[in-house]
Amino acid sequence: MTMVDIERSADAAVAPKSAARLDAPRRRFIGVAQSPSLLILAIPALIFYGFAVLVPSIRGAVLAFTNWDGLSQNYDFIGLDNFVRIFTSQSSLDALRMTLIFAIAVTVLQNGIGLLLALGVNSGLKSQNFLRVLFFAPVVITPVVVAYLWKFLLTPNGAVNTVLDAVGLGELAPSWLGDPFWAAGSVVMMIVWQHAGYSMVIYIAGLQSIPQEINEAAAVDGAGSWRRFWSVTWPLLAPATAINIMLTIIGGLKMFTEVFVLTAGGPGGSTETMSTLLYKSAFQFNEFGYGIALALVLAIVVVFFSVAQQRMSRKGN
Amino acid sequence: MFRYTKGTFTREAVMLLVALVFIFPIYVLVNMALRPANDATSPLVPSLQPTFDNFAEAWNQAGLAQALLNSTIVTVTSVVLIVAISSMAAYPLARVMSKLSTTVFWIVLVGMMIPFQVALIPLYQTMRDLGLLGSLASLILFYTGSQVPFSVFLYTGFLRTLERDYEEAAALDGAGTFRTFLSIVFPLLRPITGTVIILNAITVWNDFLVPLLYLSGTPQQTVTVALYAFVGQFVSNWPVVFAGLVISVAPVLLVYFLMQRQIIKGFAGGLKG
Repeated sequence: MTMVDIERSADAAVAPKSAARLDAPRRRFIGVAQSPSLLILAIPALIFYGFAVLVPSIRGAVLAFTNWDGLSQNYDFIGLDNFVRIFTSQSSLDALRMTLIFAIAVTVLQNGIGLLLALGVNSGLKSQNFLRVLFFAPVVITPVVVAYLWKFLLTPNGAVNTVLDAVGLGELAPSWLGDPFWAAGSVVMMIVWQHAGYSMVIYIAGLQSIPQEINEAAAVDGAGSWRRFWSVTWPLLAPATAINIMLTIIGGLKMFTEVFVLTAGGPGGSTETMSTLLYKSAFQFNEFGYGIALALVLAIVVVFFSVAQQRMSRKGN
Repeated sequence: MFRYTKGTFTREAVMLLVALVFIFPIYVLVNMALRPANDATSPLVPSLQPTFDNFAEAWNQAGLAQALLNSTIVTVTSVVLIVAISSMAAYPLARVMSKLSTTVFWIVLVGMMIPFQVALIPLYQTMRDLGLLGSLASLILFYTGSQVPFSVFLYTGFLRTLERDYEEAAALDGAGTFRTFLSIVFPLLRPITGTVIILNAITVWNDFLVPLLYLSGTPQQTVTVALYAFVGQFVSNWPVVFAGLVISVAPVLLVYFLMQRQIIKGFAGGLKG
């Protein structure tokens, strides 16, 4: 028997007393499995987490107030200069605006299409399993691969324009990656293609939790399918919608690989996001302090949206 | 017997049409990878003389063999470590109701909110000082640590739904803390362990930014970084590039189609926690 065992048997024998002795008096002590010595098991995880996330994040929060170049040992504290620069320079304001536009566009389109796919797949089709597997497949594909694939699809002689030509719409084909508006549109289109299946799967789970009888009762009362969707299905899908919005907003705000590979922030910096800008600042221009400040602002934006979204969905319920 | 009515038939046809649009990029990917370099017909037309030469060239030129091996090492090691330490940590965090335990739990959960870029740059310097830049160990250390919050969150959520009877019986029989965890608790966690493995393996395998930073300028590469370097070099030779893309995505898709039920469930279930 080890020390821990002895301690625990003692706990078991004189539970209330030893509980009071070992820990804060307010601790609720229910069973043997609750011995505080159990917490030893959390130590390995805390070491890895501390090394990779907690300590560097705290250091990051400090370095954001310096002019550190990432190489030299010396740096000066420059107060709020990095943050003032973020909120006054055109390039970072544009990146902040683009990040928000991407997040909102992706949220609306991906969830809209995901919902339509879910309703279609879940409407009693013979091929529903096959379709579900197929629509979800892009979710697991490596984003770098997806981005290169779309880069080719969208070249002037690429597959997308070939299709447009074939159906007689060739005249309308824009310069997908050469025009600021369409470059941003291309990024959104690609993201939605890759992740709509994810939103779909969550909506399918939501749809399947709606009791069949409710819809049948509404139909008996004479509600048409449109009316049934808006008054029955949609409100009951609220939890699935909340999860989906949360996921797409956070994913859209943090987006890096897709933009970096597909447009590299171009043309002319028009699709630069906070993530690509902070990468360039830190690793191409050696402005680590500024790069971390950008990351910190992004972090605050992400937290703000997560909390706001949670509040809203709680109110909705 | 399934019988079509007018309504279900139309719906089925529409959905299959949508599926065709969805699969279109994948079709182009495979079709391009199979065509000879001098074939200038439209990317939509199936190649008349399919060839595997592009695959051989991509395999050799991009160093994909080494990259696939490296990605496998990083993914497997990270996922094993993540499962071990997160399940171990979740056990006390779900069971012990002390102030300390709750505080630790919240400190870990905060990690889900912090965008990893904040930590990435200062950690770059630490890795450099430790001489770990350019090694697979730097990636494993990062992934293992940064995936702890999400994995602990999933494990604790699951553990709280489990009865304690077995653990208490084991403890009364004199089994130690670690023994109880290993032979009683961990086996009970199997369903959620599946989810943790799937979600983390896909995240780690597909990641691009971290290996781009921590391995850049070294011969060590993971699949994503190898592709990035390779495409930069072969950018005009799309058939070879596409063969490289197909090779790198094949293992992921193979696993996906073999385990699609568990994987889709893992993604959908991981969220409800």
